[in-house]
Amino acid sequence: MSALQLLWFFLIGVLFAGFFFLDGFDYGVGMATITVAHSEAERDQMVQTIGPVWDGNEVWLITAGGAMFASFPFWYASLFSGYYLILMLVLVGLIIRGVSFEFRAKSPMPHKKIWDWTLGIGSAMVPFFLGVMFISMIKGMPIDVNGNFHATFFDYINWFSVVGGIALTLLTYLHGLNYLSLKTAGEVEERSNNYAQFLYWVLYLGLIVFALMLIFMTDFIHVHPVGTLTMLVVIVILSIVAHAATMKQKELTAFIASGLTLVSLVALIFIGLFPRVLISSISSRYDLLIQNASSTHYTLTVMTIATCCLLPFVLAYTIWAYWIFRKRIAMPVITEDK
Amino acid sequence: MTILSLARFQFAMTTVYHFFFVPFSIGTAFVVALMESMYVHTKDESYKKMTKFWGNIFLLSFAVGVVTGIIQEFQFGMNWSDYSRFMGDIFGAPLALEALLSFFIESTFIGLWVFTWDKVKPGLHAFFIWMTSFGSLTSALWILTANSFMQHPVGYVEKNGRATMVDFGALLKNPQLWYEFGHVILNAIMMGGVIFAGLAAFQLLKKKQASDAARHIYKKTLRLGLSISLIFAIFGLVLGDLQMQYLIKEQPMKFAATEAVYTTTGKHAPWTVVGIANSKQHKEEYNLDVPYALSILSYHSTSGAVTGMNELNAQYKHKYGKNIDYYPPVNTLFYSFRIMCGVAAWIILISLIGLIMSREKSQSLYRHRWLMWLIAITTFFPFLGNTAGWFVTEFGRVPWTVYGLFTIQQSVSPNVSVASLLTSNIIYFCLFTTLAIAMIALVVRELKKDPTQTIEPKFKKVLDPFDKEAF
Ligand code: HDD
Ligand code: HEM
Ligand code: HEM
Repeated sequence: MSALQLLWFFLIGVLFAGFFFLDGFDYGVGMATITVAHSEAERDQMVQTIGPVWDGNEVWLITAGGAMFASFPFWYASLFSGYYLILMLVLVGLIIRGVSFEFRAKSPMPHKKIWDWTLGIGSAMVPFFLGVMFISMIKGMPIDVNGNFHATFFDYINWFSVVGGIALTLLTYLHGLNYLSLKTAGEVEERSNNYAQFLYWVLYLGLIVFALMLIFMTDFIHVHPVGTLTMLVVIVILSIVAHAATMKQKELTAFIASGLTLVSLVALIFIGLFPRVLISSISSRYDLLIQNASSTHYTLTVMTIATCCLLPFVLAYTIWAYWIFRKRIAMPVITEDK
Repeated sequence: MTILSLARFQFAMTTVYHFFFVPFSIGTAFVVALMESMYVHTKDESYKKMTKFWGNIFLLSFAVGVVTGIIQEFQFGMNWSDYSRFMGDIFGAPLALEALLSFFIESTFIGLWVFTWDKVKPGLHAFFIWMTSFGSLTSALWILTANSFMQHPVGYVEKNGRATMVDFGALLKNPQLWYEFGHVILNAIMMGGVIFAGLAAFQLLKKKQASDAARHIYKKTLRLGLSISLIFAIFGLVLGDLQMQYLIKEQPMKFAATEAVYTTTGKHAPWTVVGIANSKQHKEEYNLDVPYALSILSYHSTSGAVTGMNELNAQYKHKYGKNIDYYPPVNTLFYSFRIMCGVAAWIILISLIGLIMSREKSQSLYRHRWLMWLIAITTFFPFLGNTAGWFVTEFGRVPWTVYGLFTIQQSVSPNVSVASLLTSNIIYFCLFTTLAIAMIALVVRELKKDPTQTIEPKFKKVLDPFDKEAF
């Protein structure tokens, strides 16, 4: 394994982590619009908090996909064709959520409801099915010598993957609630905070089940005992920190801690996978390894140079945009509508 | 139904759909940016109103363009996994760069543009939409780099059964890329002009009660749109012609198919205006020919033979293997090409007439309702032209996905079932239909609004959203 291959394995992880940190709260806010909001005005207020940034956040996923294609084409090909129907559902979620922002802003009232629902449902579908995908992936899938999947329904949908999907959905939901407490003022702020305080208790339960399943149903604990346990502990600590912060109304701390929980989950997956990228349940000889799934040295070099030149700019203007939109969004009181 | 035919259908359906909105967004973003710059420059409020009014149409197209694009990126892995394994070393890099360089710019700045009206200085606000436009233009560059490689592979070697990159610079210097990029971009901007001009014409025809101020905005838009469409359609045509010259050398089979030439012509090649090709027996069935014209079109001279498909097929069999034929779908190419050129000619003609007749002095255009209707109907033609153009490019590559290296047959995912593919085809189809209906309904709704009544932010007075800081 070359240093460049290692770097790109790390960078793919960074891109997915960035995606979950950023777009994660968009999904949470999206789900909150149909669960937390009491009125259409509150819904508008919530959507306004993510309106300017959601598309940029989603690009992290597109970049992760593109970078995976470029640096590990065999991983990309096997994973995407293997999870055909799951990814189709992810796409459906992304599509109905993506159009809803523009469409609900421009639709008159009864029709606007449609796009409210697509926003909420789409926002729940994406983390759930991505969770199902990642968690069944670390359990190992029936992958043949050519890297093709021969999986049946229960390889995709089983207790472990469903718990994983729910856990990820819950984590993004909490992250979104924390973001709403941070970015709104008034009733929405309070209510989001209350929901979060309660839901962390549910999350603990989910995390215990998840940790047990991870230990007994994957080989992570045998392959990387220290890394796996450390990350599990970090996830639990971060959840507790976030929980405590929601109780003390330390909104920024809560938001950062819930974001880092998601990042740690990605880290856990990537540490456990290493040095593999896909685990074959047929035989470990068919595992896809970082070493043989990657592009050539030349392509990786080109990509590294390009990324080093471009990423600082991307980060700079993304931070600038967040800075411009740093103010809280208050409840809209519609008095001016003529 | 085989996985191959379903995967091909899906690719065609999703890219054609994506490409309805892509040039729509690229073009309208550019024109909207121009309008806003005029506002910044002249301080004329009517330009600001124009920007907002037409900006809403652009935003709707952008929304659908974005969501259909994500399918594109995923489907290489989902439907064409063997292709991804073969091409990943080359194809992935432009795709990743597109996201890093273009999509981040586009999505961040469009967010800034939409939500900072009247909150930042007008110049800075115009800068946001120019950045969005820049992002979409460069996005086309990167994805066409990938597409051009498939049309004309350069800078690679084949190693262990995959194409590996040895010279990234060569990919960017691919002549195919610069013809394709130029042609696509010029036509996209032309499309922006045509759409706004056409929609403005619709409004002038439909809204009889519109105030003078509103009519003024529509008329201004009409003339701006027609000027843009005229200029860019002419440049687009020039680039199309250059692209054709290049095609004759690099992909003679595609060229022969667009002209339905089976047997190599004599020195003075006649041009077939309409005809029916018999693609089973590989001969022309019925033709209406113009003498010398093909030589003139292809070589800009009265003499010059065009190599026929039968001769080319024999050559390819010798070069690439005898077990398949190398004919692309001739009738599709032949008619697509004619539709594309027809659209170009029509747009140039109608823009010219429209511009001449709507001059300050004469204004006679507005009295000739049928002419206005023609301009209004033209709104839809660029969609046709673009799709036809891509049909030429993409069907003309059959049977290859990567020209001379990798066939469509080899590209498809081996382990995806017919049932999965059928399900996803049906779901995408239903989704696209719904989105199209919603999109059209919303565009119509936006158009009904009065452009002179700019929509103020709802919560302007009561609570400024920019009051208390979160971080
Ligand atoms: C409204 C859009 C539009 C219009 C009016 C035209 N084109 Fe076009 N054409 C396209 C939109 C397009 C396109 C969708 O943008 C394509 C597909 C891929 C590409 O490179 O551009 C294209 C492809 C394309 C190709 C195939 C290139 C290849 O496969 O390498 C040729 C030879 C031409 N065009 C030539 C022309 C000529 C001679 C035109 C004028 C008479 C013309 N096009 C008008
Ligand atoms: C630059 C980006 C593009 C790339 C990389 C690309 C690549 C491909 C690939 C891999 C296929 C499947 C293999 C095949 O059937 O030949 C294909 C087919 C096709 N593409 Fe493109 N394409 C691009 C843009 C477009 C656009 C914008 C359109 C239309 C508006 C289009 C229209 C088609 C059609 C109609 C087919 C089906 C041809 C067939 O079934 O053989 N493509 N293209
Ligand atoms: C088949 C290959 C293609 C892939 C994989 C692809 C991928 C994508 C993706 C992922 C997006 C969404 C980006 C976002 O969220 O902001 C997108 C939108 C876009 N794509 Fe494509 N695309 C393809 C074909 C094309 C072609 C041929 C062009 C231009 C010539 C193009 C130009 C654009 C532009 C300008 C956008 C911005 C959205 C819009 O303006 O409507 N794409 N594409």
